[in-house]
Amino acid sequence: MPKARGRRVAGYGAALLLALVMVAPFLWMLSTALMDEFEVYQAPPPLLPASPRFANFTEALTALPFAVYFRNSLILAAATVVGQVATAAMAGYAFARHRFAGRTPLFAVYLGTLMIPGIALLVPRFLIVDAMGLVDTIAGLVSVELVAAWGIFLVRQYFLSLPRDMEDAARLDGASEWQVFWRVALPLARPALATVALFAFIDAWKALLWPLIIARSPDLRVVEAGVASFHGMYYANWPWQMAAAVAALVPVLLVFFVAQKAFLRGLAFGGFK
Amino acid sequence: MAALGVTHLVKRFAGGVVGVDDVTLTVGEGAFTALVGPSGCGKTTILRLVAGLEEPTSGEVRIGGRDVTWLPPRDRDVAMVFQNYALYPHLTVRDNIAFPLRVRRTAPAEIVRRVRQAAELLEIDALFERKPAQLSGGQRQRVALARAIVREPALFLFDEPLSNLDAQVRAQTRAELVALHRRLGATMLYVTHDQVEAMTMAQTVAVMASGRVLQEGAPMSLYRDPASLAVAKFIGSPSINTVAGRSTGARFEGALSCVLHAAEASGAVLAVRPEHLVLGAAADASPATVTLVEPLGPESLVRMRLASGEELVARCAGEAPWHIGDHVRVGVAEGRGLCYRASDGSRLL
Ligand SMILES: Nc1ncnc2c1ncn2[C@@H]1O[C@H](COP(=O)(O)OP(=O)(O)OP(=O)(O)O)[C@@H](O)[C@H]1O
Ligand SMILES: [Mg+2]
Repeated sequence: MPKARGRRVAGYGAALLLALVMVAPFLWMLSTALMDEFEVYQAPPPLLPASPRFANFTEALTALPFAVYFRNSLILAAATVVGQVATAAMAGYAFARHRFAGRTPLFAVYLGTLMIPGIALLVPRFLIVDAMGLVDTIAGLVSVELVAAWGIFLVRQYFLSLPRDMEDAARLDGASEWQVFWRVALPLARPALATVALFAFIDAWKALLWPLIIARSPDLRVVEAGVASFHGMYYANWPWQMAAAVAALVPVLLVFFVAQKAFLRGLAFGGFK
Repeated sequence: MAALGVTHLVKRFAGGVVGVDDVTLTVGEGAFTALVGPSGCGKTTILRLVAGLEEPTSGEVRIGGRDVTWLPPRDRDVAMVFQNYALYPHLTVRDNIAFPLRVRRTAPAEIVRRVRQAAELLEIDALFERKPAQLSGGQRQRVALARAIVREPALFLFDEPLSNLDAQVRAQTRAELVALHRRLGATMLYVTHDQVEAMTMAQTVAVMASGRVLQEGAPMSLYRDPASLAVAKFIGSPSINTVAGRSTGARFEGALSCVLHAAEASGAVLAVRPEHLVLGAAADASPATVTLVEPLGPESLVRMRLASGEELVARCAGEAPWHIGDHVRVGVAEGRGLCYRASDGSRLL
């Protein structure tokens, strides 16, 4: 009995330590966001602000047109979520359930694209988008992440783990192939689609490099670019940057809490009943 | 309602596994036929071929005289109850039952009427608002049935619909399904690996093994006159007793012996139903030792071992007067021994 309890205490201790390691940077970010501009540079750096300075938030968010940045980020994230969920749902279903010529090699090619680091795609993508005349437009901004190979992979694996009987039952019940997909398969795949949506949102929200390159005019900037621009070449306003970063985190947290339940089910999809 | 005709149906899966091997089968209009056989013998595959969920390698499927071999499932007018019921988990019971009507664009008033009718027939109208996850196994099974009958299809297919239910619910549902069949007058093909289910429910039973139909007939004719040793062993519970030996033409000689009127002399297997073993001093009786007595109430099962080491089970009315370790003499009731060729299990007599 004491041995079991000892193990449990050790287990909780380890979990607590891990949680602390994960949370510490966020806490520090929050603490820095409330510091005075020069308080940050003291040695050793203080853990907490002497007196919390909430004005950092209003100042940082008005120093640059953050309302526009948030709007752009939301458009980018929404388009990415819609695009990735729609394509992952359809392609994942097709790869899992339909037989067609070239299915296996085509899927291998899709998976292969996962091996290419995003940074290597930057220049070719820019050249293509430029050739289409979409540089410095919303369309150009949202164009490159509308399809995600990993999302297709996830949805395919999810369908492979589901019994086909429900879809077969629908076929016998008189459903067309489109109805089978729309009325039976899609609702069954909801947990996987929620996972795709969540990751698509987070990826799009924290995207920096592509938006920086494709958007020349200031009114096409995204939130991350705004946050980064507090960090000049010779000078950084840490509290303002951290305050903006905290603000930028709010939508991510909101989305995560809303999607959490479905998302966890998606991760644990082996336990489907 | 329509008759089902399956001719020379073959299904070879990618990879060479033969799931169904030249099956010919007829289910008359309004008839109830059971397809029974051990696991993996191809029962589900036949249902899926009939339903149109698989394409046959060769052969033909006709429903109501119409060749449907290459039609998609939705154009066959067939309903199927799956082994795991395959209810739509995201829909309520009401929407599950209404699904076949909705996808066929039935008028809303008509949907309401027919869904209620089907639900009342199966006594599940109280469960309308629940999701499948909130139902017991028996209730799910009823919802699956309601979803099948709401369409009034030409043909019903059942894939072991009772196998996930406990013994009591199973016995009750068995009777209800038979009543439902009579009430609807529908053509039904019923798959099961449980020979008791097949025997008690169906008008015709087809026994399958490794992709082939071994024998087809009325339940009692299969029980009395199994055409092969495999069918004899599969039908009946407890299973038929078998003793190896040889036929001299006039007699079977082995650890048990009995009179035969066979035309040929060969290596043979004698098969005797438990109720056709006679304990006591019969003319041909052999010595055996009682190994177990199982009183079942109206009857008892007496298990014993012959001197050759072969095990037998006998069925006696009422309470058996024997105990473990008793020495008894056992023989075959006159004219009740079934004899099969040892070589291929075909009937010798
Ligand atoms: N899609 C498939 N691909 C390859 N082989 C298959 C496929 N489906 C079934 N089989 C094989 O075909 C044979 C018959 O399978 P089937 O499912 O019809 O058996 P069954 O009689 O329904 O068995 P059970 O009582 O266990 O349900 C089996 O050997 C099985 O392994
Ligand atoms: Mg089966």
